Amino acid sequence: MAGWRRWLLSAVLVPLVSVICGFAVGAIAIVAAGADPLMAYSALFAGAFTNHNALAETLVSTTPYVLLGLAVAIGFRAGLFNIGAEGQFYIGSLSGVFVAYSIRGLPGIVEVPLAMIAGMLGGALWASIAGALKARFGAHEVITTIMLNYVSFLVASYLVDTPGLMLARNVSTPRTPDIDAGAVLPNLLPGSRLHLGFVLALIAVPIVWFLIERTTIGFRLRAVGFNQNAARAAGMSVGRTIVLTMALSGALAGAAGIVQILGVNFHMTDTVAAGYGFDAIAVALLARSNPWGVLPAALLFGALHNGASFMQLETQVSADLISIVQASVIIFVAAPAIVGWLFRLRRAPTETVAITQREVDAPTT
Amino acid sequence: MSEFLQQLDPVSLLSITLITATPLTLAALGGMMCERSGVVNIALEGIMLTGAFIGYAVAFFTHNLWIGVAAAVLSGMIIASLHAVLSISLLVDQIVSGMVINIMAVGITGVFYRTYLESATSAGPGTLPHWNVPVLSSIPVIGPIFFENQFVTYAMLVLILVVHFVLFRTVWGLRTRACGEHPRAAETAGINVHFVRYVNVITSGALAGLGGAYFSLQQIGNFLPNMTGGRGYIALAAMIFGKWTPVGAFGASLLFSGSDQIGSRMQSVFHVQIPLQFLGMLPYLLTIVVLAGAMGRAIAPAAVGRPYKKE
Repeated sequence: MAGWRRWLLSAVLVPLVSVICGFAVGAIAIVAAGADPLMAYSALFAGAFTNHNALAETLVSTTPYVLLGLAVAIGFRAGLFNIGAEGQFYIGSLSGVFVAYSIRGLPGIVEVPLAMIAGMLGGALWASIAGALKARFGAHEVITTIMLNYVSFLVASYLVDTPGLMLARNVSTPRTPDIDAGAVLPNLLPGSRLHLGFVLALIAVPIVWFLIERTTIGFRLRAVGFNQNAARAAGMSVGRTIVLTMALSGALAGAAGIVQILGVNFHMTDTVAAGYGFDAIAVALLARSNPWGVLPAALLFGALHNGASFMQLETQVSADLISIVQASVIIFVAAPAIVGWLFRLRRAPTETVAITQREVDAPTT
Repeated sequence: MSEFLQQLDPVSLLSITLITATPLTLAALGGMMCERSGVVNIALEGIMLTGAFIGYAVAFFTHNLWIGVAAAVLSGMIIASLHAVLSISLLVDQIVSGMVINIMAVGITGVFYRTYLESATSAGPGTLPHWNVPVLSSIPVIGPIFFENQFVTYAMLVLILVVHFVLFRTVWGLRTRACGEHPRAAETAGINVHFVRYVNVITSGALAGLGGAYFSLQQIGNFLPNMTGGRGYIALAAMIFGKWTPVGAFGASLLFSGSDQIGSRMQSVFHVQIPLQFLGMLPYLLTIVVLAGAMGRAIAPAAVGRPYKKE
């Protein structure tokens, strides 16, 4: 019973209160910017859910957040902070789009899986560079993945901008050729952009949950996240687990990239992505690294992402407002002491949230 | 040969390299103060962006560039104190806290830029004046490179020496490094670890905030959304490549900003086509290489990233 209440507090109540507090901070910013928070938020809501096609568009934006949130969450569970989801998303898009525009005339049932595999493989390989550097040399994955993010943007820019590589012929702005018609993900709702990728993202949730909670690989992954020394003492290869976890994480991020290509964009440009990877960290934090929690968290971020432009159009409040809301939400999720203090919870969850189970320099007594 | 030299124009090449290394060096110095005391700072990008925006906004409304520079420094300190409170007192993961600041900075600058500055029609505050140091600026080669600059670049040159002196020649520096290497031992020796970390994190905000002023008040005299464009992360790379030392970080910043300049000259002078993207990758790849231990290993302060709980 006590355990159940504890779970309710940490997995439901704290995130929920954090989201409310995040919107409250956002409201302060809206007032400071001389607008009406109520109007701005109702426009945000309308843009995300109630306008024509808004819900479908929100689900379209939710799709990459689900996959990327899962990618970051699986890293967290092994004690790895994968800031590089953005870069893996890019490399996954690149390798996937290459396959998707190169193959011609095969049925969709063949082309889509081929492109998906290529995208996931690209993301997995890219991420395992950081994993291998950590396992072999102890290079901190946060720094290496940040650096690899920028390398991946430049790789994409080079490949997409250079004639003879991936640049399409006769286009005004640099981009790759369009993918083959057979590789396009089927549309789910005529008249909208909602595509099969959303269903694929939904299916990924239980798969990742099963992988983490019910398989040997998942057990190793959690053991390494919980205590590397104990895992090593139990005979597990910590290094191999780190590389494998990063590869799994990168595969999910790469899947997000290629799904976005096959379902929404149909080709790739050289412009830097919309910061999905960074938002994904927030999604995973809000979900408390629980695959099931990723779903509502991703839906929230998808809705914010989608509603923001309508809000900017209607109320002149910049769409960047959602960054303030997101940052505040993470603060409240990551520092539950604030929420406890704000609401004078009797048993405030004062323990620190071990994001990556990093060692805390605390007294041993 | 002389025509070739004229085309290459090494003096202006070096001069531009020094100028564009300014924000990188300042932010790297800030990151160093922070990390030497045991707090990871990936928030340099967000702090610089905030400094660039607040500096410009204040200069715009007060019509005074110097108040703008002061405001940039102060705003850097304020947003860095958020990092300090979150990561030191509330024990939030330092990476998460830094990320929060980067996201928050995009939000705050974006929202208020749109409301108050985007459609402003009156003239901007201009850019910081060039100061030629008497006598020294007339030395050939060295003069035009070092002694005909604007305020933020001069400040950077002085601050490299100041940070070096503070870190390695003062009691405060010793305490800072002790907190970064072994906080429990430092505490046992009577050092207030939390206090030292607070001061260093806020100092890093001042340095990165000044770096932000470079973009809006020294370089172009305007603010553009997201104008720091990832330079905070290159500064982070410079700090690591310079192995957490001021002179090293300065050298790394010069290397990174110089490689950009050389890349563009290569094409115009030698007609060598090195894709610019490859030169752009250099800072990031070199950082990964030193982290992996090739070319002399970069070793972070031992306790960096670990929150410290008092007994």
